[in-house]
Amino acid sequence: MPDPSVGTGQAGAYSSGASPHVSPRHPRLDPLADRYAARTHGMKSSEIRALFSVVSRPEVVSLAGGMPAVTALPLDAVGSMIGELVSGMGAQTLQYGSGQGDPRLRERICDVMALEGITDASPTEVVVTVGSQQGLDLVTRVFVDPGDVILAEAPSYVGALGVFQAAQAQVRHVAMDDDGLIPEALEQALLECRARGERVKFLYTVPNFHNPAGVTLTEPRRQAVVALAEQYDLLVIEDNPYGLLGFDQEPMRALRARNADRVIYLGSFSKTFSPGLRVGWVLAPLAVREKLVLATEAQVLCPPSLTQYAVARYLDTQPWREQIKVFTELYRERRDATLESLSALMPAGTTWTRPDGGFYVWLKLPDGLDAKLMQPRAVAAHVAYVPGIGFYADGSGREYMRLSYCYPEPDRIREGVRRLARVIEAELDLHSTFDAVDTGTFRAVNPAAARPGTDRVTPPPVIGPANTDQSEGSQP
Amino acid sequence: MTDQAAAPAEAPGAPRTPLRALVLAGGLTFEREVSINSGGQVVEALTRAGVDAELHDADAELLPGLAVSPADAVFIALHGATGEDGALRAVLDLAGVPYVGSPAAACRLAWDKPAAKSVVRAAGLSTPDWVALPHSTFRELGAGAVLDLIVARLGLPLMVKPASGGSSLGVQKVSRVEDLPAAMVSCFAYGDTVMVERYVDGVELALSVIDLGEGPEALPAVEIAPESGVFDYTSRYTPGLTEYHAPARVSDEVAGRAAEVALRVHRALGLAGLSRTDAIVTPDGEVHFLEVNVSPGLTETSMFPMAVEAAGLRLGDVLSRLLARAASEGPIRP
Repeated sequence: MPDPSVGTGQAGAYSSGASPHVSPRHPRLDPLADRYAARTHGMKSSEIRALFSVVSRPEVVSLAGGMPAVTALPLDAVGSMIGELVSGMGAQTLQYGSGQGDPRLRERICDVMALEGITDASPTEVVVTVGSQQGLDLVTRVFVDPGDVILAEAPSYVGALGVFQAAQAQVRHVAMDDDGLIPEALEQALLECRARGERVKFLYTVPNFHNPAGVTLTEPRRQAVVALAEQYDLLVIEDNPYGLLGFDQEPMRALRARNADRVIYLGSFSKTFSPGLRVGWVLAPLAVREKLVLATEAQVLCPPSLTQYAVARYLDTQPWREQIKVFTELYRERRDATLESLSALMPAGTTWTRPDGGFYVWLKLPDGLDAKLMQPRAVAAHVAYVPGIGFYADGSGREYMRLSYCYPEPDRIREGVRRLARVIEAELDLHSTFDAVDTGTFRAVNPAAARPGTDRVTPPPVIGPANTDQSEGSQP
Repeated sequence: MTDQAAAPAEAPGAPRTPLRALVLAGGLTFEREVSINSGGQVVEALTRAGVDAELHDADAELLPGLAVSPADAVFIALHGATGEDGALRAVLDLAGVPYVGSPAAACRLAWDKPAAKSVVRAAGLSTPDWVALPHSTFRELGAGAVLDLIVARLGLPLMVKPASGGSSLGVQKVSRVEDLPAAMVSCFAYGDTVMVERYVDGVELALSVIDLGEGPEALPAVEIAPESGVFDYTSRYTPGLTEYHAPARVSDEVAGRAAEVALRVHRALGLAGLSRTDAIVTPDGEVHFLEVNVSPGLTETSMFPMAVEAAGLRLGDVLSRLLARAASEGPIRP
């Protein structure tokens, strides 16, 4: 101990042989701190993540997570189906499989894509992945070098931004509105990149029931985006996890259905069946597919056999299209509860999107409010959302938040929106107190007051609840 | 080190049954994640020291569970309100359950940073000047006039922090007057009272105190040197972003003074078992009290475990001895 006169020394009574003057660990707690790859330095603990940990408590209404309502599945039927896959087909389902994925599943995937107008896809062009997230990572690895430019909607899927950041890409956001990505803004971005001498590697887009914005690319804009891709030699990554989750309309025709050479399509069973099985896919031209297969073999050898068999068997034996209908009816009811509550309760100046499918509402706060800074107040009020800033690569989006209606029951959604409205009102009240402050009129700062440690030197300017009788001289 | 430290005081040679400890972690606060990390470390350390330790959240199942299956003592690894403001401890007092650490009333005082600073200053210790005000004061008197007065009297830079709470959440250093209103707005999101404190530049120290039954004892000071200059949440919980030195790189004289400050704070606030005082040493060697934690962080990147290790002790042994002591002293009568 630095000062043997302090303390009773009792510690020494039951410690032996340890050297007290040796720093016990590396001073940075991380002896490998200077060896990390450049891309790893961006990985830090964040307050946003810390504040999220309360959502696991039942007291909190979480409008944050995008968890599908898997309990609406026929769990008993799925359970016995998976049991049979192990007991009857264990030699295959518990074994390594092909890097490209199970051929039978790839055939069924083509059937699913036909629902969105992709009728020319061959199973040989499909690569099964560990969720479409791995598909996106593979595509990014195959195409993107550090410093390359990727275009993405503003806002964009947070999980995609994470992949792009890990690849050290530069993300340029392209504006969207209630009709989805704005073609004029896309063309503008392409021209700007060209003027700067930047090569755009691809456009990443979520055309249906966008995460987080909730909007859908309209038919005329689909045509315009594909025309721009052809005109500007642009590769498009179409990420489509929500396309079959429309509430009122038939699925829209995919971008990939309009151009097989310039569009790489990412699909997923996470929202139509189960996210826990982690089965997604990439549909890509043959040359690209070959590289994706090599990349996935380097990454995971092959996608899990058991879950691929489970999805294939589910599609073969269960009424999966009817099940999607069950899901969408559930989500429609929750969407309605969300929109009705928002209309009834949100303070003036708040606006939001009106999704026709999928999981998300994108809400814009009244002027001056910041969803990230407001988050602690929301946690204290037991309601959770995702601050908008996470959906931008450039630090913007502070005035937005994403609300997910997919998981809570309608009554819980109404209660959550009620709590959120009170949080926003309290924040508006706070802003009305502080926003008008003109610090330019403040008197000059007393320079003596700014000296460090002056509480020992100068008479105490005590304006806190301290006992003013207490003279500084009595300090040790 | 043997298991013996874990066992409650018994006659020599008597068969020892392991102590049964309930470690409380989680809670419904901003610091839930930190607490879960602390709790996991505590269970691991106690288990290695031979204690039968189990992790539990502070939720509706806690009291019924304790009634059915009583623990010898509870270890509170909750951070933030409930765990640190004395409320949970008051309930454990009602339930007749012994726990490690400070009693409810002392926690209530330590939790309120401005009140604790008043007590510490009244005890003759140095602490940076401050003012703590609720939002309503700014609204009623005009935020501009009040902030103007604060800047004129406390100078710049200023530390703006929630009047209660830990893990550096909501803490900001304000160097430019034009940033002050926004800092107030974001800090009020953490609670209804904000404390504005004169910024004191110097070496930041974490001063841990333990009391294993023979009076409080100061452990070696841990020096904190964040790469960014500000010890915020990210610097605190991302290994590699902050340098820690245990013992601190200060003279023996300063180390002794720091230890004495920690012990005087511990006594002045009526704390028990363990505490961690955060302080700044200015270039003139003066030690300034900032705040004290009755439930110090026990995660892998926390300072209390570093201090224990720097003292040549093992965390599990210290925690199990604290538990044994709490168990043998029994519950506090409310």
